[in-house]
This record gives sequence, C-alpha cells and structure tokens, in this order.
Amino acid sequence: MMRTSDLVGSAARALRSNPMRSALTALGVIIGVASVVAMVSLGAGAQAQVERSIASLGSNLLIVVPGAPRGQGGVRGQAGGGGGWDSLTLDDAEAIAAQVEGVMVVAPSQRSRAQVIANGLNWNPEIQGVTPAYLTARDWEIAEGRFFDETEERQARRVVVLGATVVEQLFPNVNPIGETLRINGGAFEVIGVLASKGQTGFQDQDDIVLAPLTTVKRRISGRSRRADTVSQISVKAVSEDVLRQVEEDVTTLLRQRHRTREGEDDFTVQNLSSITETAQQTTQVFTYLLGGISAVSLLVGGIGIMNIMLVSVTERTREIGLRKALGARQADILHQFGLEAVALSVAGGVIGLLLGVLGAWLMTSLFNLPLVIAPQNAIMAIAFSGLVGVLFGAYPAWRAAKLDPIEALRRE
Amino acid sequence: MDAPLIEATHLVKLYTMGDETVHALDGVSFSIARGGYCAIVGPSGSGKSTLMNILGGLDTPTAGRLVIDGADIGTLDDEGLAAFRNRTLGFIFQSFNLLPRMTAVENVELPMIYAGIDAKERRLRAEEQLVRVGLGERLTHRPTQLSGGQQQRVAIARALAGRPALLLADEPTGALDTHTGQEILALFNELNSEGVTIVIVTHDHGVAAATKRTIEMRDGRIVGDHRNERSRHDAHV
Repeated sequence: MMRTSDLVGSAARALRSNPMRSALTALGVIIGVASVVAMVSLGAGAQAQVERSIASLGSNLLIVVPGAPRGQGGVRGQAGGGGGWDSLTLDDAEAIAAQVEGVMVVAPSQRSRAQVIANGLNWNPEIQGVTPAYLTARDWEIAEGRFFDETEERQARRVVVLGATVVEQLFPNVNPIGETLRINGGAFEVIGVLASKGQTGFQDQDDIVLAPLTTVKRRISGRSRRADTVSQISVKAVSEDVLRQVEEDVTTLLRQRHRTREGEDDFTVQNLSSITETAQQTTQVFTYLLGGISAVSLLVGGIGIMNIMLVSVTERTREIGLRKALGARQADILHQFGLEAVALSVAGGVIGLLLGVLGAWLMTSLFNLPLVIAPQNAIMAIAFSGLVGVLFGAYPAWRAAKLDPIEALRRE
Repeated sequence: MDAPLIEATHLVKLYTMGDETVHALDGVSFSIARGGYCAIVGPSGSGKSTLMNILGGLDTPTAGRLVIDGADIGTLDDEGLAAFRNRTLGFIFQSFNLLPRMTAVENVELPMIYAGIDAKERRLRAEEQLVRVGLGERLTHRPTQLSGGQQQRVAIARALAGRPALLLADEPTGALDTHTGQEILALFNELNSEGVTIVIVTHDHGVAAATKRTIEMRDGRIVGDHRNERSRHDAHV
C-alpha cells in the first residue's frame, strides 16, 4: 500500500519532469475556468447593476406615463393610437390619491429640459417640476438645505433643489445653498441639494434639478401645453404586497376617467418590480449563456488532459511495467496517474480562478459595473476543475493500471 | 530439513495462438531449496521466459501447483500477486530498467514505496544496499551518469532492498561486456554466500556454469538438472 505523501511526490515529479507539456496541458483548464469565472462574475455584476439602478428609482413604485403601452415589461409606446402625450392630468393624480387603496403617496411631475446658468457656467440638466411628495415617492434624500413645501409649490415660488452632478458642474467651489441660478432667463434660488444616487447604467440620476411643479408649468415648460397636464405620475404603494393590486386599481380608475378600454389605453402603468424581474431574467439568461459557452472551453481543456495523459501512459509503459514488477498494485498505478491528471486540472483551476477574477475586475471596471465574486462560485470553479481531472484522467489511468506487466516490460 | 523455497509441481502453461494451442510449459516439476543458486537455461522458445514470468508472479500457470515461500501462486488475485512481487521477490532485468529521472538511491527506494515503508527508513535501507553492491560513492548519480555494470548493481540493490526471499534475474549479464558480466556474477556469488536465494534465467551456458545448479529446458519440459562442478563455479569467483 502506497503512502499518500509518496503518491503526491511521484505525481509532482512526473509533472515537473516535463514542465512545458504540463503547463500547456493545464492551459486548457486555465482558460476554461478563467472564462467561466469571468463570465459568471460579469453576469452577476450586470444583474446587481440592473437591480441597483431600478431600486434607486424608488421602491414599491408605479410610474404612470402618457401614451399607449406597447409590448411587455412596461415599454412605453408611441403617442397616437390610444392617445397623445398630454393625456395625464393633475386631476388624474388627485383621483388616484383619493380613490385607490394602499397608496402611500402620489407625485405628479412635469419633465423639462432647459439651459441652467450660474456663476458664469452653464449646464443642461433634466428639470423636474414636482410636488413635495416626489421626494418620498422616488426615495430621494436631502443632503443639504431643505426641500420646498406645499405652500411654496402652490405659490409657484422660484426655488430649486439640485442633484449632486448639477452642483458639481455649476458650483464647483461654492456652497450652492442661497445662491441664484437662471433658467430660461428667470432667477431661481437654490434651497437644497439632493443626496447622490450615483451613476446607474448609462444614465446619471444626479443630473437633475427639482423645482415646484407649478413653477415649472408656468415659467419653464408652460408654453403651448395645457396647464393641468403632467408628464408622469409616480405612485408609491404602502408595501410590495399590495403593489399588484394598486397597479390594477390605478389602471381601472384611469380607464374609467379616460373612457378607454383595454388595448386602447392612452396611458401606461409601469411596475418597477416587474421591470426588475424581466431585467433579472434577461441578465440571468445571459449569465447562463456566457457561463455555458465558457464551460465548453473547460470541456476542451479536459479533453486536452485526457489526450496528454494517454500519451504519457504510452510513453511510460515500461515504467508502469517495472512498477508493477516491483509490487505496485493496480490501485497504486490508477491513483498515480489519476492524481497527475487531477493535479494538472486543479492547478489549472486555481490559476484560472485568479485570472478569471482579474478578468472580471478589468471588465467590470471597464463597463462601470459592480464586481461581484461569490465565494461559492470560486469553490465551484476549483471543484469543477477537479471533477474534470477525475473524469478525463480516469480512462488513461485505468488503461495504465490494466497494462499487462509482461507486455509492458517487453516494450522498448 | 526445511521446506524448499520453490516447489513446482507439474506446471502447465497453454497459449492459444489462432487455432493452435502452444504448450509453453508442459508439466514442469522441480524444487529449489533456500539458499540455492540456480540457473534455468534453454534456447528461445524453450519456455524458460514463461517459467520466469510465473516464478515472478507476473503470470499464472494454466495447471499445476507452484508454492514459493509458502504462498500458492495459483490462488493469488492481482493484489495478492502485487504483494508477493513486492515482498518475496527481487527482480533483475537484462536492461536494468532504472527510472532515468531518479537518482540511484531513489531507484532503490522504489519497491519500498509500494511496501509503505516511511521515507527515512527507506533512504537508510537504500543507502545500505547501495553500499553492499559497492556503489556507496554514487548514491545521488542518475542512471545516465553510471556505466552499464554500475546500473546493474543499482538494479541489484533495488532487488535486495525489499529483503526478498528470492532474487530472480533475467539475463542479468546480457547487456554487459564479458568482464563486467563476470563482476556481476561474482556479486551474485557473494550474495548467495550471504544466504540469498538466486535464480538466473539465461540462454548462456557460460553464465549457467557460474551457478551451483543448472536446470535445462527445451520445448516446455525440463531436459536436464545437474549440480555444477564446484571447481568451475569457484573459478569464476
């Protein structure tokens, strides 16, 4: 019976005796494991990113927008067909607040874009005319100063609250609170700064100016539109459990108010949790797809190991015959060659894991994604490469163990 | 008197080649005592290689009974044969069969690895055996750094390291020049005088004459079995 330490020693000796061949054989597994690890991490990063960016829009949130729905997942359709862009009104928002149960806040908002000038600098952020409820609905926090209240909103005061990016661009070295900036020629006082939500995907949520809804309607985007239309109504439900019910109730209510039937709606209710789900499923599929493709290269690496082990068994036929003549049992030979294959693939797995993490880090920093390395994935990668070694090393090792020592010793 | 080390009774080995059945061994019976020094000679095809493989536990007889050191070879399974080869036998080959990447001492350690002897003890015993065959100065040489005679001495040390009951040598001088061959035979003689039982399989009657007893084979049968002249035997020492 061979000692384990001798078994390991003899495998190490055999692999060291032909370092180039060992390295090239392990390379197949290295590439396989590295790509699996990198791809799965990338997929997990993309998924975390999607979740984070959707969650940052606000939790338990429904967003009602004008225009007919098209397709699934709340993708907004073109105006026309069911109705135009100005189909949502403040009255709709009030009706939702008054008549739908399970609603925490309803926040109508009007979106606009305009040149903003301050300190001799100018910037072109998104401008949202909102009510104070918007802060709650969209999970915004105030970092500095204060938000405007209901009275200021009603009176259409010229006050604004700035997102972090806007502060960076217009007030790089100044505390913006109390400063004045100009939008469309009018002067506005900065009364607060929003806490940063960070860059999410390709959209910067902090590139925003919040002003009272009435102010925006009258002084910024008033122009040709009806006075009471809004571009969006954010509806926050009290909990996730009632979100579906609230979504249905809002839809039913708006159908009554707009006198539309299913399929002819001039509005769209977007449920962020269902968007999250769809996005999760999509990224999940991509993760599996990428992981699957990478797994094929791991398979190829395994076949490479089998190939080299078969060559090695043929080359070392005499050695195997000698070892048997000296008293090696079939199990000893089986273990020796099996261990060589497993050592090759596990070494490849460890190196591949390190390279994969490095690759994932490079790619995620390139695409500005969070780096997600699950420890169980790392363990899986190592275990899987070990399994590859066992699977593809088994046949060559079995061939070696079954060699007839008389024939093997006769071989030149 | 002790029971003989090797007791072969009517050994038969059949090979089927196509439609033809070859009697490689056709009823071979003999016995060799402990401490014996014996040569099995015969031309190729005489069955001496088959007999050696069976004596060495590498092959099993078709019929007949072979008991070596109390073990009935015919009843052993693969694992039992491996253990038999490891503990009871020391193999010596014509072409030495040293592993080229290992040093002399590592080569000698090889059978002890399969006996599960720990590294320290192994090293000690390997060095002891190399000193015994006169290679105490060349412990860490690799086979390529050694002459043919030295390589065969390493192989003999390897065969001795497991403290076997029987040394089984297959044409041990076949790959050596005459002078070196004589030296190896002298070493065998010395080992035998220390009590090691040795069986040499050869086609060379000169080699056979250096032993104490010659068993002659032809066509799978023993055709002669005689003690060698003591004087001739001594002449080679």
